[in-house]
Amino acid sequence: MIRVRVQPEPIAIAEETGALSAGRSDVGAVVSFVGHVRADDGLQSLTLEHYPAMTARALAAIAAAAEARWPLLGGVVIHRHGRMFPGEAIVLVAISSAHRAAAFAAAEFLMDWLKTRAPFWKVEERGDGRHWVAAKQSDDMAAERWHAGS
Amino acid sequence: MDILYFAWVRERIGTGSEQLAVPAAIATVADLLDWLAARSPGHAAALADRSAIRVAIDQEFASLDAPVADAAEIAIFPPVTGG
Repeated sequence: MIRVRVQPEPIAIAEETGALSAGRSDVGAVVSFVGHVRADDGLQSLTLEHYPAMTARALAAIAAAAEARWPLLGGVVIHRHGRMFPGEAIVLVAISSAHRAAAFAAAEFLMDWLKTRAPFWKVEERGDGRHWVAAKQSDDMAAERWHAGS
Repeated sequence: MDILYFAWVRERIGTGSEQLAVPAAIATVADLLDWLAARSPGHAAALADRSAIRVAIDQEFASLDAPVADAAEIAIFPPVTGG
């Protein structure tokens, strides 16, 4: 029910989110999150590498976990890989449900898991060269709260 | 066995994948990392800090004590940095 995709192309955000409610009268809420590349500290580009076979499995498992946890009507997770520039959208998570609480919660759950469990690695390019981004402990803690019996 | 490398592990080793006949004495992920680290200076540099290495066996995250004998594909990479 939640479609997942990893692609190098830009994300058609309006089409993807619009499709979740088009022609339906049972959808009461569509929550979408769009992550963008920020030009922090003079960032010139961001390149995402991924492990395609594992990304497909991990995203399908994460989507299934969200569906099992909340009453959802549909959703889409699209993540880009390759080279991106400040301002570009890097990830879209959009979830539809009858009521907003489940859609908000599922979208946040999916983003926390994408940050910590999906096999993506980032390279930042600045004036002083290119650097691999280190994993953040704050992201791990954000994902952990979903285990804490909430 | 297919061994895959990603991100800076790939760059330090100098290749994204190797097909290797892993000796039967290599029982766990930790044994495999020790064995791989002896293959070249690049391997040794990439695998020097085990706390910065994560491993997936057949596309599932695996711990250092996980058995590797039945694996078809083992991937070695830094902690993931997400979306």
